Amino acid sequence: MLVAILVNGLLYGGTYALLAVGFSLVFGVAKIVNMSHTGFYMVGAYLVFIASSMMGLPLLLSGLLAVIISALLGLISYKLCFDRIKEQGTAVMIVSVGLALLFQELLLLLFGGSYKGISHFVPGFVTMSGYQISYQSLLAIGVSAISLTAVWLLLSKTMLGIAIRAVAEDREAASLMGFNVSRIGMIIMGISVVLAAVASSVAAPVFTINPLMWLHPLVIVLAAVILGGLGSIKGSVAGALILGFTESMVTLLVPKGGYLGGAVSLSIMIVILMIRPEGLFGVVFEEERL
Amino acid sequence: MFNYVRLWYRYFQVEVLSVPGKVIALFFFVFLGFLPLFANSPQILRILILAGIYAIFAVSWDMLAGYTGQVSLGHGLFFAVAGYAAALFNLKLDFSPWATIPLGALCAVGVGLIVAIPVLRLRGFYLAIVTLAFPIILTGILFAFPDFTGGELGLFGLSRLTHSRLLDTYIVYVVMLISVMVMYKLTDGKSKMIRTGLIFQAIREDEIAAKKSGINTVKYKLLVFSLSAFFAGIAGGLYAHFIKIVGPSALELTFSFQPVLWVIFGGMGTIYGGIVGVYILYPFMEGLRFFPLGDEIRGVLFALILILTLLFMPEGIGVWIRDKIEVTCPRCKEINLSTRTHCRICRAQLRLGDDQ
Repeated sequence: MLVAILVNGLLYGGTYALLAVGFSLVFGVAKIVNMSHTGFYMVGAYLVFIASSMMGLPLLLSGLLAVIISALLGLISYKLCFDRIKEQGTAVMIVSVGLALLFQELLLLLFGGSYKGISHFVPGFVTMSGYQISYQSLLAIGVSAISLTAVWLLLSKTMLGIAIRAVAEDREAASLMGFNVSRIGMIIMGISVVLAAVASSVAAPVFTINPLMWLHPLVIVLAAVILGGLGSIKGSVAGALILGFTESMVTLLVPKGGYLGGAVSLSIMIVILMIRPEGLFGVVFEEERL
Repeated sequence: MFNYVRLWYRYFQVEVLSVPGKVIALFFFVFLGFLPLFANSPQILRILILAGIYAIFAVSWDMLAGYTGQVSLGHGLFFAVAGYAAALFNLKLDFSPWATIPLGALCAVGVGLIVAIPVLRLRGFYLAIVTLAFPIILTGILFAFPDFTGGELGLFGLSRLTHSRLLDTYIVYVVMLISVMVMYKLTDGKSKMIRTGLIFQAIREDEIAAKKSGINTVKYKLLVFSLSAFFAGIAGGLYAHFIKIVGPSALELTFSFQPVLWVIFGGMGTIYGGIVGVYILYPFMEGLRFFPLGDEIRGVLFALILILTLLFMPEGIGVWIRDKIEVTCPRCKEINLSTRTHCRICRAQLRLGDDQ
């Protein structure tokens, strides 16, 4: 049971962390509340499904294709939708909801509402203290860890990372120092969608895919980002891991826990926000305090 | 006696008949009142009833989000709680719909106050996410205790509002009219009798400044949450008794997005925006069902309309039309028909650059 909790917690937590980091980056740098973020996750999963199950391409290639195509889709939607109205925060949020609904309805139209499975990249499983762990979950955990490290290296060691952090800290000052704020927003949108697509292509074979699969991760990602403190990368990862482990524990330990997983995670978020409204790693600016 | 009537007529002429927006609203409501008599096929009546219910729901969201700035993404919670409460009162205690709907709305008020407690200290995005969390928590609870709440299937077998659908339509129509009028008055910033409209808008614009001006913002935020929950609850109770089933579908994320979409489409921060949005989008979407392929592309079309409205008319279609037909006098702030060159009250020139 302990192994099951650990593996599932890392699997959920890693997937949510990849999504939450992307969401948090877009929010911090481009000031966009991108509710369609998990929509791209869903699109990525369906692209893997199309490429591998319907067109019969090898799995690695289909994963790669899914990442590239969804990144392009992300950039197109940034240019067409978000870039035009990025001054109005609420409008951007609602447009992104509309975009996610559009993805959902298009996929519903094309594939129907039934659940579909994708074959595992690496078949087989290892048995550990009576619990079967598929190699795919281990692969998903490994890929999540590698991607998160890569993002961390990108942000802390490269010139681009410095530019991103500068824009996140103060848009106007960064713009005056000669950074192209709009282009950095676009780059960050690309990175975040790539992270979402990577998460979906390694995690989707473990779960099943359907056109409503964006809703639950969206809720958890929002909760994780808020829990960790808005705009803090470290906080998002911590929040995602906390919620991932909570979900895995509730699902495995509590009777009928499958229904309660989301509810318990969100209750934790609300309780923490009541104690510490800025989240675990968030910073409160004096003028924003009520 | 005659004088008194004439006085009222003068008042009506100045306050309503001279303001184009109000004339349109009047015509619309009169038209809506007569429509069921002429077009009484069950499908059309059903669309009218549901549109009326959703209009109350959308306007209640507008009061909370558009006027007070508390953008809630979990408004379906109040709708669902009132529906479930009405269903339980109706099924377990055998109350009639006349009692269960107000009682359900009061339960929604209670839930609204519970939601308001963590939300009071939050703003903007944080607030939106925390309100979004509550319906999902309640869904989990409903599914975990299926004996009392019916679980995934919900509760069914509620008693009907009345025995004729025409009468149902008129009941919903009257309730909608009264609720919308009350909400309009409560949020009217220019009202000289009720101050809440002004205070709500002050909280939306700058909460700290409102606080420093001596407004008890906590009290008024609790008030707006309970009012909004009450009207959403009325809508939820009516819906439960009309459909005769309550289920967890009203707690889904997409259901809570519905009022947001309608209000944004019609115009946020205006009571009429929600009504314009519901009465245009909802019958249109339902009407699509009767066309070949319409049922499949409804969702896609809905999402596309939403995105395009926001990109090209971010203020909403209601505000866009109002700006075309009305102009506000720069001196006395009264509303005039846009074909006028001089204000009907103070004779000031309405636009710069007009001759005469």
